Amino acid sequence: MSNASDILREAEELRWQLGPHFQDEIAGEVSREASALAARHVQAKGDNARVGWQRRLDLVLTGRWTGIPAMALLFALVLWITIEGANVPSGMLASVLVDTIHPWLKAHALAIGFWPWLAGFLIDGMYLSCAWVVSVMLPPMAIFFPLFTLLEDFGYLPRVAFNLDRIFQKAGAHGKQALTMTMGLGCNAAGVVATRIIDSPRERLIAILTNNFSLCNGRWPTQILMATVFVGALAPPAFSGFVAAGAVFFVAVLGFACALGASWLLSRTVLKGEASSFSLELPPYRPPNILRTLYTSLLDRTLFVLWRAVVFALPAGAVIWLIANVNADGHSIAWWMVAGLDPLAWVMGLTGVILVAYIVAIPANEIVVPTILMLTVLLTGSSVADAPGAGVMFETEDHILHGLLTGAGWTTLTAVCLMLFSLLHNPCSTTLYTIYKETGSWRWTFLSAAMPLALGFVACSAVAFVWRALAGS
Amino acid sequence: MTMSDCPPSTCETCVANKAELRRLGLKLGRWDYVVALAGNPNVGKSTVFNLLTGLRQHTGNWPGKTVTRAEGAFDIDGKRYKVVDLPGTYSLLGTTPDEEVAREFLLFGRPDVTLVIADATCLERNFTLLLQILQITGRVVLCLNLIDEARARGLDIDARGLARELGIPVVVTAARRSEGLDELLVALRDVATGVVKLRPRTPEAMPQELRDPVAKLSRRLRATYPHLENPEWIALRLLEGDPRVAAALEKGEFDRLRTAAA
Repeated sequence: MSNASDILREAEELRWQLGPHFQDEIAGEVSREASALAARHVQAKGDNARVGWQRRLDLVLTGRWTGIPAMALLFALVLWITIEGANVPSGMLASVLVDTIHPWLKAHALAIGFWPWLAGFLIDGMYLSCAWVVSVMLPPMAIFFPLFTLLEDFGYLPRVAFNLDRIFQKAGAHGKQALTMTMGLGCNAAGVVATRIIDSPRERLIAILTNNFSLCNGRWPTQILMATVFVGALAPPAFSGFVAAGAVFFVAVLGFACALGASWLLSRTVLKGEASSFSLELPPYRPPNILRTLYTSLLDRTLFVLWRAVVFALPAGAVIWLIANVNADGHSIAWWMVAGLDPLAWVMGLTGVILVAYIVAIPANEIVVPTILMLTVLLTGSSVADAPGAGVMFETEDHILHGLLTGAGWTTLTAVCLMLFSLLHNPCSTTLYTIYKETGSWRWTFLSAAMPLALGFVACSAVAFVWRALAGS
Repeated sequence: MTMSDCPPSTCETCVANKAELRRLGLKLGRWDYVVALAGNPNVGKSTVFNLLTGLRQHTGNWPGKTVTRAEGAFDIDGKRYKVVDLPGTYSLLGTTPDEEVAREFLLFGRPDVTLVIADATCLERNFTLLLQILQITGRVVLCLNLIDEARARGLDIDARGLARELGIPVVVTAARRSEGLDELLVALRDVATGVVKLRPRTPEAMPQELRDPVAKLSRRLRATYPHLENPEWIALRLLEGDPRVAAALEKGEFDRLRTAAA
């Protein structure tokens, strides 16, 4: 030990003999030597067509005037491809899983002597909710994630951060927040973890608290479904895809605006401070390895998320079936919950079923739509498959869903408010837990749930109020 | 004439030069050697990591993507290697968390091999980190990744000349296309098992005024801790007043390194 402190003391003394800038000098020496080393062993030959091509691409994609429009266009295009492409396979999956397999399972379970309540619990509850999750979520995710990953591997994400940096700086946030928000488009919990790339604790906290405003993959299906079934349906068929994509795009941009607004507000109230500067290297564009990207993004993201959804859907399906079938005072528990929440829901332009669905679906946003559909079916009629003509109900997906939901009292207003509420509500429990782990504070975790929830209540109520005033009802 | 223009020599295709890779993913268990993966951000460290371990750690074309230290394992010729994917940094001298993680691991994690991944399209910048790592440890394999990209840009890199000058194995790879994996495995194996004698050229990046103090201090360090691999570098850090290194000295961590090495 004494040896160690002797050495330390000697270092201390020697330091006094050195000039004040010796650290810079060391760094300078190293980089000089690095240059010399590279110069001795690397030769450039021929012309540099690829670099020129990349530079021209960057002029457009990160240009002062063209960068943001190009970004919006690209993003809208991805959404449009997702919506157009997911339509048909979603319907096919629903018709197989819900239309064919479900009644078959139910009939056979009863035939081999299952008690009706057990068959209902297992098949109408657990199986059906999983079937909905798969048919509603798999096709859009199988298209959206690979497209997104291709853009990421191509090197576009840092350009997004570059384009948005100035806006974030104005909101008092860190430019890298653009990156964590794009990660949030995949999964908010992942986006919250990704905020570790932000060094300043203040800006990192802002990025954590506002990440929920990035629509995560669990919410894309809700948006896409509502936009297609209700908003897109308002337009002539030829344009419905564009209109639906436009509506989803608008909600995503609104989320982005909310994130900026919330960042601005936070950085002027509870998290005061200057935005710190940072350097971000724009990597070269690299041609993505398309097959590998498809493979890994299908495995890593699509199937991972789907698996998570199914894992949460199983118990949720059971809970839904139970609350819809266990009676208290002559009505099911679900009925009581829906009835209790209906007045609040009406103010927000929603229905009680939607609010109950959001309570059941706290573990995962992925199961919101399936929960809504199941609750609607269970509360409006008896079992889906047994009802005469009910099989037809799921044959083609979109306008039949329209029929089912309008039958339950939905209007375009309900769909619009659901889209808003899906964007503006508390993060799922996984994200909340991640926020707690990353911040180590219940207070910030609570704020991260309360802030979007309050915003969602205000936004939905305002839209519903104006909508009803204009409609004169 | 450089290597890439030559027809493949018989040595390169010889069976003796092939190493048998078994990807072990996360099955760490016990291991014989530790390999640290270091390099600038966005040079393909995670791609190389995945190539070696068979894991599918998420890769993406943007710097700073790896936010946690990833570990995996593989097996060459029956020996097990643990790989640690360090966060990408441009330097080891700074105070950002990434740089501290990388520096601490290289210093106290005592990797048997440090695989420095460099972006072949901009070696000048990548060499800064390489030279800093060479100051800490000589057991380095340099991997010039993205060689396909460099070729497409008309860059001609003399890997053999680099290996000669640096005194360490230099391998060219295009990890995304699994190109150069065999050569990489052979180099890792040879350095880990000590088959090749490395003659790392310690960079002389030392301003005049520092030479004496560093020499004085490192002489004392060497006397007290004879197993220390890099007394000059430790001396330099002490002169700079690096609190972590000073604390390690006081807590006797260098003593422990000695017992670990013995």
